[in-house]
Amino acid sequence: MNEPRSTLTPDFMGDLSRLEVHGHGPRSLTWWGLMGMIAIEGTAFLLAGATYLYLASQVPQWPPAKLPPAWLWGVVFSAVLLLSAVPNEWLKRQAEQESLRAVRIGLVLMSMIGLALCAVRYLEFTALRVSWSDSAYGSIVVVVLGLHTVHLVTDLIDTLVLAALMFTRHAYGRRFVDTAENAIYWNFVVLAWLPIYVLLYLVPRWLQS
Amino acid sequence: MSLSAHSVSQPLGVHAEHIAFIWHAMLGACGLMYALLLGFLVMTLLRQHRSAPAGVELEKRIERTLILWVGLIVVGLCGLTLASFLTDRALVRAASEPQIALRVIGHQWWWQVEYVDADNSQNVRTANEIHLPVGAQVHIALSSDDVIHSFWVPNLNGKRDLIPGRSTEIRLQPLTTGRFRGFCAEFCGVQHAYMQFEVIVESAQEFAAWKARQLAGAVTPTDPLRQAGRDVFERAACPLCHAIAGTNAAASTGPDLSHFASRRLLAAGALTNTRDHLRAWLQNPQRVKPGNHMPVVDLPGRDMTALVAYLGSLQ
Amino acid sequence: MSAPRDGEDFDEASTAQQLTRTWATPRGWWGALATVDHKDIARRYLVTAGVFFVGAGMLAFVMRLQLSRAENTLIGPDLYNQLFTMHGTTMMFLFAVPVMQAVAIYLVPLIAGTRAIAFPRLTAFSYWIYVFGGVMVWVAFALNIGPDAGWFAYTPLSGPQYSPGKRVDFWAQMITYTEVSGLATAVSIVATILKMRAPGMSLSRMPLFLWAMLVTNLMVLFAMPAVMLASSFLIMDRLVGTHFFNAAEGGDALLWQHLFWFFGHPEVYIIFIPALGMVSSIVATAARRPIFAYPLMVLALIAISFMAFGLWVHHMFATGLPRLGNSFYTAASMAISLPSGVQIFCWIATLYLGKARFNVALLFVIGFIVIFVLGGLTGVMLASVPLDLQLHDTYFVVAHFHYVLIGGAVFPLIGAVYYWYPKVVGRLLSERLGKWNFWTLFIGFNVTFFPMHYLGLAGMPRRIYTYASGLGWDGLNLLATLGASLLGVGVLLLLVNMIRSARVGPLASPNPWEAGTLEWATTSPPPPYNFPHIPLVTADEPLWRERDHLSVMRGLRLDKRELVVTTVVEARADLREPVARPSLWPLLTAIATGGMFLASIFSPWAVVAGAAPIAVAMIGWFWPDQPPRADGEDPEP
Repeated sequence: MNEPRSTLTPDFMGDLSRLEVHGHGPRSLTWWGLMGMIAIEGTAFLLAGATYLYLASQVPQWPPAKLPPAWLWGVVFSAVLLLSAVPNEWLKRQAEQESLRAVRIGLVLMSMIGLALCAVRYLEFTALRVSWSDSAYGSIVVVVLGLHTVHLVTDLIDTLVLAALMFTRHAYGRRFVDTAENAIYWNFVVLAWLPIYVLLYLVPRWLQS
Repeated sequence: MSLSAHSVSQPLGVHAEHIAFIWHAMLGACGLMYALLLGFLVMTLLRQHRSAPAGVELEKRIERTLILWVGLIVVGLCGLTLASFLTDRALVRAASEPQIALRVIGHQWWWQVEYVDADNSQNVRTANEIHLPVGAQVHIALSSDDVIHSFWVPNLNGKRDLIPGRSTEIRLQPLTTGRFRGFCAEFCGVQHAYMQFEVIVESAQEFAAWKARQLAGAVTPTDPLRQAGRDVFERAACPLCHAIAGTNAAASTGPDLSHFASRRLLAAGALTNTRDHLRAWLQNPQRVKPGNHMPVVDLPGRDMTALVAYLGSLQ
Repeated sequence: MSAPRDGEDFDEASTAQQLTRTWATPRGWWGALATVDHKDIARRYLVTAGVFFVGAGMLAFVMRLQLSRAENTLIGPDLYNQLFTMHGTTMMFLFAVPVMQAVAIYLVPLIAGTRAIAFPRLTAFSYWIYVFGGVMVWVAFALNIGPDAGWFAYTPLSGPQYSPGKRVDFWAQMITYTEVSGLATAVSIVATILKMRAPGMSLSRMPLFLWAMLVTNLMVLFAMPAVMLASSFLIMDRLVGTHFFNAAEGGDALLWQHLFWFFGHPEVYIIFIPALGMVSSIVATAARRPIFAYPLMVLALIAISFMAFGLWVHHMFATGLPRLGNSFYTAASMAISLPSGVQIFCWIATLYLGKARFNVALLFVIGFIVIFVLGGLTGVMLASVPLDLQLHDTYFVVAHFHYVLIGGAVFPLIGAVYYWYPKVVGRLLSERLGKWNFWTLFIGFNVTFFPMHYLGLAGMPRRIYTYASGLGWDGLNLLATLGASLLGVGVLLLLVNMIRSARVGPLASPNPWEAGTLEWATTSPPPPYNFPHIPLVTADEPLWRERDHLSVMRGLRLDKRELVVTTVVEARADLREPVARPSLWPLLTAIATGGMFLASIFSPWAVVAGAAPIAVAMIGWFWPDQPPRADGEDPEP
């Protein structure tokens, strides 16, 4: 107490030097950061979906112009997105085994799939048959689809950056953790789409019949 | 008739009485819990001066007290929830048969009041003032022309919001005669403060007389000054927003002025309705009630005098 | 030769020297802008939040002056509406939430016994974006284009038709800034608490402070997206013509209220629960014993956090929603007072069973109990639908939430200032001035806000810039204004004490209060690396187990930034992960993001144009800057 700067004497009880310097899944710190982001964005998706249903419940006619989004591009997008889960899962496992060659292939493949999906998504926007400024229906449809697109693009950019890194001298240890976690995020983008698809394409048709 | 003490704790309507009951129940129960907790705190502070160490025995006793405390909170909350629920039910049942039906439309920043009768010719339109016969069961349909407002007369009932795109309802049943102040209770823009009104509760005869006068149509001026005032009114911008029965003015953007002089308040409570106040108001509405939507009426002094005389005669 | 690691190989002085070289933030402007030291960031957060607090307090005082007498013409309605909007907005978004997160940023790594916060660059980013948002809205206010639709910005009043101009846009984008900041910080704090606790600090012996911060920041993750979504809808309605809140085109005015209060009610607990952690720390130390019924306290925290999400409709009773639903919210709102009541009891019981040592920090805790409990009880009253219909939007509610927020959050916070100031600054605050500080605040607070209960009952609505004489409100309003002056003196005394003691206060030892948690195991103030060795926790209150010794682990690198990642439940040491070094990228990313938000007020195309700089800045942020080393270890990131 008298000596202001005195500290406690350390008693060494164990050794940390043999611990690994990175780990996959819940062992990794960034995995928890990723879960935090997914919690935030998942909540945003849920609330946007709740808004959609809330607005639908406030009006007699939904959609007001009786024109739900056209089928074609939504179906194409969903099919490609669902199928992409297969190479994505393969990529995740390869990343966890830290197999560089396979990870390079997987990242390039997923980048291409992502780019293709962005193109389909553009067509999907043109097939909504409503503008955000037409009505509250138009507003929420465009925003929900836009919200999902932001996630799609974000993950795509991340995939592209990782793919580039994997062909440089930075392709080692932690990059595999990053790749596996990026694949987990892609799974989130896929899973989040399913209820949105139901909301945007099926719910308006059910409400009309 | 003077203004009744404007207060929740002076219930003068059936609904407000029910709510005053739950208020007293809450005050009693919460006051007791507060006293108990503060008592424990004071005991703890006093105890610090004694040096008896806390043993296992004492810790056990505190554990038992905690269980008791939890029990007390649970019982108290259940009691209050039940009391609240029953009060709410009583509120739903009160004044369930409409004897008088009104429509109140909220505007930034005044109240449009319409008495709705099965016989359309019996409809009365006024503003910022509601007359009711004592004891009557009153249903008021609420809606808003612009933003969210809230209708509140503390002596008579709690509040109810007026929401654009929706219709809501509030019921009143005043128990004594008197004048009661009402407020907009939801922030609605610059002049939220002066979006007030008055409820005037009268005997059935007085109410009937008031209604008859309102139905009679606007006073037609007979002396030259007021006739000139009416001409000023019709020539100036007034008819763009206001209505006076029997003139060319039939707009409903602003309050109906057919019986303007019979009202006690001016500018939704910003002023009392005297000639001097009226003149001040007309000369510069923005000084009396900054931000309100009434434009400046730039009139020569003689025209202003005539206009004030005319409006002041619209009993 | 193998890399240098902490342990018996080096004496303590040499260990400290090497760790300082590795962990110290470089001096000069680059270091100042690039720092990722959680203590630097937290100090900035605290000072900035303090400035906003004083600013918002001054706005409140001007409002009190205006209301001190009937029909006062000191300020007009337009300015008054900006004042209360800025007061509420600043206090809620720029003071209360950030200040609580700032305390967490400073203390969580120290109490958890680790060297840094998880995601230090994200934490740095969160500070910059917070400052930008706060400064933007205050600059707008200074230019007389401050928001004026209330801190709650109800639609359609805040919509394009009834609030033309840019005022509400600044408000809505300020929300976006502060929520991005709050969410980023929350992710860092949650990860720190779950994954970086010192080995041995299992969940079952985690200090209540960490529990409180964990629960709070988890709540942030689920509550703040609601207001971000709402403010985005609002700004889209205003700027690109969507119709979310436009009843004429199928939108709905009440949608805003649902989304806002789905966030807004948990928000109150996001502000209040950290204070519970502070109170628990102060009480345990003062009583010199662990908190009574620790498991029950943890359960109560968790219960509050869940229930807080089920109460939002009690802000909307007057809108005329279905009655049966309302009764549910009455029951739920009342029920939340049970865990709160249990906690209050347990703190008093802890003091009762212990032998309390009185200091100013404890005085503020006692003030907290006296004030907060009263606010909690008026909260029970407001939970009742019928009674709420009378009291809603009156001064009774103003009194209620100031009792809850000042009593429940500011008093514990000031208690925390007295308690942790020596740790942060290295000097003790004056206890004598502290007593004056306490009594002026306590009396000033009650004189200001207690009369408002009566004013509400006497029918005085909120947010009115003036009132007529003769309604019976004059005297109490004047009294409240006098109380506010005393309250201002109290805040001034606190500032004087803090500024004076930083220079002339007695030097603080590492553990001046003889507390039991790990932040007191290191020097005051702590070195850049927090602890020379990572502590090994073998008891609930590690510092009470042995007086002069501390169990620690050896083996972390001295020449690079490293920390231990542990398992979530048991806190077993699992990984040695590298820690980010100082970097300008968080600042650049914040500038890119903030610039985009600001520009979006003036043109929606800014969102498109602004995306590229943000993407570039973020890629720069995450780009690794060194190739792997020959020894196979990761380089520093």
